[in-house]
Amino acid sequence: MPLLEVDALCKSYGGSNGPATLAIENISFQVERGEFVALVGPSGCGKTTLLMCIAGLTAPSAGRVAVKAKTVDRPPPDLVLVFQEYNRSLFAWRTVLGNVLFGLEAKGRSGKAAEERARRLLGLVGLEGFERHYPWQLSGGMQQRVAIARALAYEPEVLLMDEPFGSVDAMTRLELEDALLALWKDLGTTILLVTHDIEEAIYLSDRVHVLARRPSRLVETVQVPLARPRNQLATRAEPTFMELRNEIYRRIANAV
Amino acid sequence: MPFKCRFNIAGLALFAALLLLWEFYSRTAGLETYLPPPSAALKALFEPPMARALFGHLLETLGRFVGGYFLAAALAVGLGVVLGYSRVAYSFAEVIIELLRPMPSVAIIPVAILCLGIGDAMMIAVTVYAAAWPILLNTIDGVRNIDRTLLDTGRTFGLGRWRILREVALPAAAPYIATGLRVSLPIALILVTTSEMVAGADGLGYFILDEERSMRPANMYAGIAIVALLGYALNRLFLVLEGRALAWRSGMRIRGEM
Amino acid sequence: MKGGASQMNGVIALLAVMAAWEIVARIGLLNPLLFPPLSRILGSFFSLIASGEIPGQIASSMERAASGYFLAAAVFIPLGVAMGLFERVYRALEIAIETLRPIPPPVVIPVAMLFFGIGDGMKIFVIFFSCAWPILLNTIDGVRNIDHLLVDTARTFGLKRGQTILKVVLPAAAPQIMTGLRISLSITLILVVISEMVGSSDGIGYFILNTQRRLKIDQMYAGMLALALLGYTLNQAFLFLSRRLLHGR
Repeated sequence: MPLLEVDALCKSYGGSNGPATLAIENISFQVERGEFVALVGPSGCGKTTLLMCIAGLTAPSAGRVAVKAKTVDRPPPDLVLVFQEYNRSLFAWRTVLGNVLFGLEAKGRSGKAAEERARRLLGLVGLEGFERHYPWQLSGGMQQRVAIARALAYEPEVLLMDEPFGSVDAMTRLELEDALLALWKDLGTTILLVTHDIEEAIYLSDRVHVLARRPSRLVETVQVPLARPRNQLATRAEPTFMELRNEIYRRIANAV
Repeated sequence: MPFKCRFNIAGLALFAALLLLWEFYSRTAGLETYLPPPSAALKALFEPPMARALFGHLLETLGRFVGGYFLAAALAVGLGVVLGYSRVAYSFAEVIIELLRPMPSVAIIPVAILCLGIGDAMMIAVTVYAAAWPILLNTIDGVRNIDRTLLDTGRTFGLGRWRILREVALPAAAPYIATGLRVSLPIALILVTTSEMVAGADGLGYFILDEERSMRPANMYAGIAIVALLGYALNRLFLVLEGRALAWRSGMRIRGEM
Repeated sequence: MKGGASQMNGVIALLAVMAAWEIVARIGLLNPLLFPPLSRILGSFFSLIASGEIPGQIASSMERAASGYFLAAAVFIPLGVAMGLFERVYRALEIAIETLRPIPPPVVIPVAMLFFGIGDGMKIFVIFFSCAWPILLNTIDGVRNIDHLLVDTARTFGLKRGQTILKVVLPAAAPQIMTGLRISLSITLILVVISEMVGSSDGIGYFILNTQRRLKIDQMYAGMLALALLGYTLNQAFLFLSRRLLHGR
């Protein structure tokens, strides 16, 4: 039984004042436990809307999302979404540690043990020493790491990530990609990640779903047979990597 | 006050000069009835019988202020959160709010006298009415302007409505609520003193008016000085408490982010 | 919620409240002395307007209000510009201002009464004093926050100091100055009412208090309604003028 199932999902807007716009058209796919799956497509192709539907924050117009075979009609308890705009999602009134603790408090955990765990997570994302800082004092990349640590503190079975590395510089991006892979291996979380960066999608995932735009639909699924652990230099230099990249790029270019 | 003013020699000198001018002019020009010298006012402040009377009036005013202000805060924040959260509730209330807003709150004093007579209840009631407005409007504003992403974050972590309200919405709206509370501080003081002047038998507002009517201007000025000090002290106290409660914001402010 | 629907809700709520008031007052649930039926209040309102009573009282209030308000603007805008531009002037006056600022405006009324009795002079003085701070502080702020580049631009075009102030400083600080004037407008209205309640023989504030004392309650509410309408009209007029002057800034 797949951990996450998206079945004929459709989402349209408007319709009461004028013609309805179809944002998402008939998307179906599955994610098995422990997989790392990427959704890639050009900007504006409804990837965020898709994630919001999967996360139970918006209701689809048609179709169904299921987590552990239960239909999603509200935010499911085993799943957390990491938003694209992390600076609007972090709590300005809590310290870095406080933000990560929030993820634990949401699961009802508090006290010494919880604080220990929060500190450990901050260490895993490379932010030891910043526990007492406030989000505004951190750079974009660091803020995003806090958001990721906070989500992981919740120990979700499924982690949804919306362009998590979109607003950081190239070097930080590569660091964060590797950090994410290490965490994924460590914690065994199932990850569904959305990105517009084709190479990132290939580098991180086991499988890439290619989305076209307006309306958003699944145009291709590409398996990524590259060996793990991945390496920024070696993996990206492999011929298979290049082929996958070209394939996906062509698919997107044709579909637009 | 900016830090610089601690060494503001020019300012202090000018201020001292003005006071001395006042003192001198008032004594020589025989204007004691209108403009007693500041020394006389100071004397009134510290002379035991007057000082004790003044202190009594101060406590009365302070008591009404505290009662009115905190009651206004409780009611207005509560109502403001409801109206800010619920578009439906706000749509019903909006027209009524916009109709009542343009009327200066002081016009409610005669109604209050009618219904509650003259006494503490009336004064606290008008204070509550007037002080509630800025708090209410700012709270509604703050709650309405909460970033959707923050609320969605709460939801994705599985928080129910009440927990989201307590742990996400209220902290996020806190700066706006604080602004409302800060603005209504002087308003509450104004209304307490006004209602004491219009229909009071004690309190600083009544005292000041009464001393004027009895042609004892030195005492009147003394009373005014006390009210000004009271207002200043309350404002300072508020800023300190606000700074503590919203410590997370002071850094952002300095950096120019808010 | 779409605009139409939400406005409907508001109107429904208003009509419901009005109807409730009328019914409750008529059946005597609320003391009709304290809360006369809305219809009677509205009747009073219109007849007082027709007889010229309310317009007359409002005119008296407005005379004083206008005098105090414009006097304050004429004095404190230039003072604010001077304090904003010249740090030395600011520092010299700063302490005096910080001492006078915490005085709640109403307590100035007895002082004014001492000097002016209970005539117009008293009210004008009180309004003048109360409008000082919003106008002054906002003007100072507005002038201080002007982008220096604008002043340098003027200098590079060879403008002399006076011209710079008139043609660059004032227009640039105008939005903030307008804010100060807007705040002072509501303060003016509040204080003209207060000063009339404390010591006057005419004016809308006096009217409301006096009708309450003579137990002409429906006239009292009519006066409050007139006051609310006055406040609304003044506000709208101000917004209209400021939009014109500021060209939508």
